Amino acid sequence: MRAFIVLVQKEFLQIRRNSFLPKLIVVFPIMIMLLMPLIMTMDVRNVNVAVVDLDRSTTSHRIASHIEASEYLTLAQTTAEYSLSIEALEQGEVDVIVQIPANFERDMMIATPKRISITANAVNATKGGMGMQYIVQTIARTLSELRGEKSPSKLSELVTIENRYNSTLNYRHYMIPALMIILFILICGFLPALSIVGEKESGTIEQINVTPLSRLTFTLAKLLPYWIIGLFVVTVAMLVARLAYGLIPVGSVGAIYLGAILFIFTISGLSLTIANFSETMQQTMFVMFFFIMIFMLMSGLLTPIDSMPLWAQKFTTILPPRYYIEILRSVYLKGTSIVELWINFVALGIFAVIFNLLAAFTYKKQV
Amino acid sequence: MNAIEVHNLSKSYGKVQALDNVSFSVERGELFGLIGPDGAGKTTLFRLLTTLISPDSGRAEVDGFDIVKNYHEIRSCVGYMPGRFSLYPDLSVEENLNFFAALFGVTVEDSYELIAPIYKQIEPFRTRRAGKLSGGMKQKLALSCALIHRPKVLFLDEPTTGVDAVSRSEFWDMLSTLKEHGLTILVSTPYMDEASRCDRIALCNEGRILSINTPKGIVSGFDRQLYGIKSKNMFALLERARRSEGVIDCYPFGEKHHLITNEVFDIEQFKIQFCDVKDLEIEPIEPTIEDVFIKLMKR
Repeated sequence: MRAFIVLVQKEFLQIRRNSFLPKLIVVFPIMIMLLMPLIMTMDVRNVNVAVVDLDRSTTSHRIASHIEASEYLTLAQTTAEYSLSIEALEQGEVDVIVQIPANFERDMMIATPKRISITANAVNATKGGMGMQYIVQTIARTLSELRGEKSPSKLSELVTIENRYNSTLNYRHYMIPALMIILFILICGFLPALSIVGEKESGTIEQINVTPLSRLTFTLAKLLPYWIIGLFVVTVAMLVARLAYGLIPVGSVGAIYLGAILFIFTISGLSLTIANFSETMQQTMFVMFFFIMIFMLMSGLLTPIDSMPLWAQKFTTILPPRYYIEILRSVYLKGTSIVELWINFVALGIFAVIFNLLAAFTYKKQV
Repeated sequence: MNAIEVHNLSKSYGKVQALDNVSFSVERGELFGLIGPDGAGKTTLFRLLTTLISPDSGRAEVDGFDIVKNYHEIRSCVGYMPGRFSLYPDLSVEENLNFFAALFGVTVEDSYELIAPIYKQIEPFRTRRAGKLSGGMKQKLALSCALIHRPKVLFLDEPTTGVDAVSRSEFWDMLSTLKEHGLTILVSTPYMDEASRCDRIALCNEGRILSINTPKGIVSGFDRQLYGIKSKNMFALLERARRSEGVIDCYPFGEKHHLITNEVFDIEQFKIQFCDVKDLEIEPIEPTIEDVFIKLMKR
């Protein structure tokens, strides 16, 4: 027991003596949580719109002014010729062109107007697609307003929309749990692996291996500090999310911590396994990168799993972050309880056991 | 019971046969030296005996414990100082010592009188980080750490490599002091001149042991007459001496060439033969361990 305590103390001492690690552990989570939600957003803003107004009527003016008033759209230019606007589109000054045909207002009265045409630059598929949608919505609203004014009985809204759990469709609230997971992977995944391989590189592990110390004690003492650091990081991340973005979990904080503990176990077990198979830090880094890429892109952190091809969806069942992101998002946004999410906790628990057993078995004190 | 018993031990790394059927034994309280060039298998032997790796075949016992079956017992009764400095460079001298003491479940005070002669020399720097120590001080710290749990057998892998001549000599004095405490010490070195400080030595090369004896015994096993020769043009002399009658071998050795001769060799005859060589000097000399080594290696 004394050996274990001394080992843990030594680990903390080494982290503290390192010129870089303490800063990384404190500053990195805060930076990620503060800056990334501002940058990583799928909301499309500042879509530059050109209106080609061949009608020059009240209706066309109304459409243009609605576009201008939208917080997502910017009216970049109003021209009377499509060719001028398409030139601007080619040069990238304009993202979407709205052409209102001649006599649109008059034809609308007699119910057979020519169609309004929308041309979008879809090089950036998201921006093109979303921009198109915003414009369709804006025009539809303008037209239904106009109809409402003209006809004696106000038309009732045909469709009502309500976004449950994230009522403002705030992309940040969707992203923050994902960022927390990325932090875990980086801090609890990378650091213990590098610390162990570092001992291999400097030869100190040999000096440890000739002592009667058991490998379980050594491994646990290596991991414990990073488990503690992981819990510190999740606390900091939750505080930053609350203070900077007002994001407070609807569900219980306990569920988040329980998930965090299981996830940290899993990820550190994986990192130990990788460390056991690598001889140099460089090797560890590359293998870790490989896993991180798959975790980030395929676990539903950035893109929804439901929109992946079926085979990919099946593959995600073996990715631990998939379960924790589901826990985090459900607890944060919906307030789901541990009982309802039991399958995710069990899955994480199983992964934790598998990876740690793998780590214990692949750690060779004797070759 | 001997402190170390090695029987037909072999170990290979892929195609490289690092250790080939090696057998020897070290008595209790003996200072035993493994002498050989790089790649002789010295480090492999140390790693096997300290249970860091397992042998391919053969067996060995350290302090009566089998290196495969009873590796756990061995780990608490041996001290190992690897060739490369492998203490924590970011911990201080004192912290390293306390750390290793704790791993063995002892305190520094328990073994203080054993390590004192060595540790006293670095004690003034006890708060300095181990990585910032000079080479000789690092070596003293490593030795202190290897002794902290009062091991019965001490393994020192090339402890003097890269250390200056004065520190090297001091280090061997320290080993003599430790021997008085009854420790068995197995030490390896590529320096032949250090061999005479050992009780017995094993000359090894390419994974085999060529000869085991006391340093004196090794030298007396050299049954040929040896001469040292010297002239202005050393290279031409070497070529020519090798071809002359009664010469078994001639090789450069410091500022002279060493000439191994057989019964047919006659020094007067040689002098006449080489009378055209400028400033020729030739005199009989006593063989050194290195001469024995070169002879064994060529066989």
